[in-house]
Amino acid sequence: MIDELFHEWRHRLMSMWRKPRLDLPLLGALLLLMGIGLATLYSASDLDRSQVISQALRFMLGLLLMTVIARVPPLTLRNWTPWLYAASVVLLVIVVIHGEGRGANRWLDLRIIRFQPSELLKLTMPMMIAWYLNGRPLPPGWITLGAAGALIAVPAALIAKQPDLGTALLIVASGAFGIFLSGLAWWRIGALLAAFAGIVPVAWHFLHDYQKNRVLTLLDPEADPLGNGWHIIQSKIAVGSGGLWGKGWHHGTQSRLEFLPEHTTDFIFSVFAEEWGLVGVLLLLALYVFIIARCLWIAAEAKDTYARLLAGAISMSLFVYVMVNGGMITGMLPVVGVPLPLVSYGGTSAVSLLAGFGVLMSIHAHRKVLAN
Amino acid sequence: MRMRRSRVREGRYKPLKEARHEEALFRRRALAGFLIIVACLVALGVRFSFLQIERHDEFSARSEANRVLTRPLAPARGLIYDRNGVLLAENVAAFRLEITPEQVHDLPATIVRLGEVVPISDDDVERFNALRKSKRSYEGTPIRLKLSEEEIAKFSVNRWAFPGVDVVPYLTRSYPLGEEFAHTVGYVGRIDEADLGKLDKGDYAGTTHVGKTGIERYYEDRLHGEVGYEKIEVNADHRPIGEPLGRVAPKPGENLYLSIDARLQEATEAAFEGRAGAAVAIDPRTGEVLAMVSVPSFDPNLFVNGIASVDYAALLDAEDKPLLNRLLRGNYAPGSTMKPFVGLGGLELGLRRPEDTVLSTGEFFIPGQSRAYRDDVRGGQGRVDLVQAIAKSVNTYFYSLALDMGIDRFSGFMSRFGFGQPTGIDLMGEGSGVLPSREWKRGRFNQAWYPGETVIAGIGQGYWVVTPLQLANAVSTLAARGVPHTPHLLRAVQRGVDARIEPLPPAPPRKNVIERAANWASVQQGMQEVVRSGTARGIDAGFPYPIAGKTGTAERYSRTGTEWTSISASPIERHQVLFEAFTPADDARIAVIVALEAGRSGAHDAAPIARKILDAWLPGDQQRQAERVAGGGEGAASP
Repeated sequence: MIDELFHEWRHRLMSMWRKPRLDLPLLGALLLLMGIGLATLYSASDLDRSQVISQALRFMLGLLLMTVIARVPPLTLRNWTPWLYAASVVLLVIVVIHGEGRGANRWLDLRIIRFQPSELLKLTMPMMIAWYLNGRPLPPGWITLGAAGALIAVPAALIAKQPDLGTALLIVASGAFGIFLSGLAWWRIGALLAAFAGIVPVAWHFLHDYQKNRVLTLLDPEADPLGNGWHIIQSKIAVGSGGLWGKGWHHGTQSRLEFLPEHTTDFIFSVFAEEWGLVGVLLLLALYVFIIARCLWIAAEAKDTYARLLAGAISMSLFVYVMVNGGMITGMLPVVGVPLPLVSYGGTSAVSLLAGFGVLMSIHAHRKVLAN
Repeated sequence: MRMRRSRVREGRYKPLKEARHEEALFRRRALAGFLIIVACLVALGVRFSFLQIERHDEFSARSEANRVLTRPLAPARGLIYDRNGVLLAENVAAFRLEITPEQVHDLPATIVRLGEVVPISDDDVERFNALRKSKRSYEGTPIRLKLSEEEIAKFSVNRWAFPGVDVVPYLTRSYPLGEEFAHTVGYVGRIDEADLGKLDKGDYAGTTHVGKTGIERYYEDRLHGEVGYEKIEVNADHRPIGEPLGRVAPKPGENLYLSIDARLQEATEAAFEGRAGAAVAIDPRTGEVLAMVSVPSFDPNLFVNGIASVDYAALLDAEDKPLLNRLLRGNYAPGSTMKPFVGLGGLELGLRRPEDTVLSTGEFFIPGQSRAYRDDVRGGQGRVDLVQAIAKSVNTYFYSLALDMGIDRFSGFMSRFGFGQPTGIDLMGEGSGVLPSREWKRGRFNQAWYPGETVIAGIGQGYWVVTPLQLANAVSTLAARGVPHTPHLLRAVQRGVDARIEPLPPAPPRKNVIERAANWASVQQGMQEVVRSGTARGIDAGFPYPIAGKTGTAERYSRTGTEWTSISASPIERHQVLFEAFTPADDARIAVIVALEAGRSGAHDAAPIARKILDAWLPGDQQRQAERVAGGGEGAASP
């Protein structure tokens, strides 16, 4: 009896592992990353337990969402794609018309929850590009490229108008990676880059003053030591003073003495670099490389163009977060509000990232189904 | 061929060969992408190692031993002067109590203990807590401003018991002429939470006060100046050590020179003898405001460091509303002061010639209606032309003219003189009054317009409401023979203590609103007759220049009933009374309006105040004229 019961439960547990078929290496790496994130947050918030707990709760919510999405077959996702995309663009338009939020109009208040529709596009954008390219002959020609470009440009322009340059950048990148992975010819990529280089001086005129300031401050942070320059100078001091081995957990003086602004959100990487040194930074970067590599592996195993492009675009977008955030805190790139994935404090980005990993898990789980 | 292939593949699945091809393509791309990613992240890693290994010593030194803080230095606020250099707003040295939250163990308890030494109100604590949110915890945050000498002494004795609390010198705003300029210069107040949202955090890093009303608010950008900063070395407790390491001096705000003449302003206020009302004097040649007072007024110095709630309640509850800026937001029925404008409209629109006459019988009827519109004199004033109609303020002339004009042409013409719209003066919060029109009534009451309303609009009654500034602007335009100038207060600025006083460039000329100069001459003649032989005769006695004027006595009850309204017990309180004037009549250098909230008649109460204003203006004008004649040889020769 007991033996039977044991076997039945064992079977059930095993099938639960198999059914959602969470990819264990990826899941392990994500859990490790979240653990590092919470530990860094605890130090950066000056041992404020409430912030750590609320962040952990958001991770729980994100993991739950991830498991749910992992059970949705990619085929279903594919069928929903145009509608999901259209819905997120409509929400974005609503926010542009009457949104609320301090300074920038990003938030939509649904009474129960407040969220930024732009977060939705972090998922629906690569989905839409994958869906569209899936139905076109590949590698794409100019016409396909133009249409895909329009699909990217419309929501990106709406988000940039909010104005939220960081998110707009991430969304453009996720779409562009989809096109890149679909095999767009190198010479076309070269032509696009050349055209882009030509447009930059024109685009400069359309930037907001505060955005121009960020770029100018990057070039000479000492010129504005009270305003924008403060962030970059203090961040570089934090990183540089960390040295090879770091000052040790909760021994970073820059953030504890509040020299460093936004030290639990956009600049949490500086705190990490100060306390764990170059060794810690390289290990963390290696962890990200592992996650990206694993995700690309999953993408390559998918047997259908939609799933492949989607998985590939999501994986490569993760890199943009890391690069833009890391570049910002080391003074290599302008101050653009992009969080460090699963480490920065903040709910919406953690949940939308984990939802993206849910899609990858689903593609991984259903790879064999698609094989025939 | 490609076309055909894509048409074949209408279905969901691509041919196997193509799918294989795409898969291989993807794998190559994924690999390429991954390599690019690794290369970029390696570059990032190199950047980190550059900062953390190569430049480690440098940053380590900056982080460790130095703890260099950048401390903002507040700029000195620009001063405000009148046109002759009389100081209207200045900065005086004072002392305040600051708390550095980081150095205090139990903040609420410390504040309570501090309150036993130096009085600290609940308002102070509230403001302190609000202000603290925007500062870093090692920055001093003021809790009490304007300490008295006694308070400083008391605190100094107990200083040892309050680590992290300091007495700090600062500059505070002071208005030496007090009440006289409360409604024009305005006042600054402590930055509150609402201000924090609007102001640039960097620019106002060291600033405690911001312009709240009047010139102080309108020209906040000019007055504030640019923040400076100094770098100071601090120890682990953020206590400064030694001299500042580097310093960028703050740039003081611009000094402002207003067009107001403080002496004229003082005489104007005195002329009211405390009766509620407002007066404005404008130079019609430029639109410069020479004096503007709203009576009663209040002491702006009370507001600078937060007004005590008792004082504020007293000001709010006062019956004659000292806080109300009557100049910008007072609403007055213009009454007969509008008759010169209506008469001018009749000429300009071609409805009347100057010599056309109307018979005043004491009552006017709209054809087919029985309701009587009355004249001021029982039995009427006989047959009058335009000049007599203005001089004697004959209602019937303007009743019939307004009716002929119709409300659309009427309000169209009046809007040329700026009625029903803000004048655009350099002060915030200006009201726009009401210029009655068909559209206005439709929008306000959703009702049609009646001819009877046109008739009473002809004598400045009914819905018509003006602000004193609007009236002054219209009279000034009339005085300038129809050339409008936006009224303004700022005349010149001075950037820096020793800098030259730079006059502001004159505004570009605007289109003359009077089409025929002869029409103006007729109206002006009527207004001169007002003073010579009409309703305000004698008001110019002994004055060297010819004066053009017009009285206004706005009824609180309009005389449209079939019976004469009986004279009420207190004739003094019965009317809003007005007087408008400009002089010299044919080449005006000043236009004046006076509005009183209660009085017997415009001639009896408002005109004498206007005369006192002109008397106060006269010596200065005569001196300027003499100087011009003396130096006139060259002036006349140059174009």
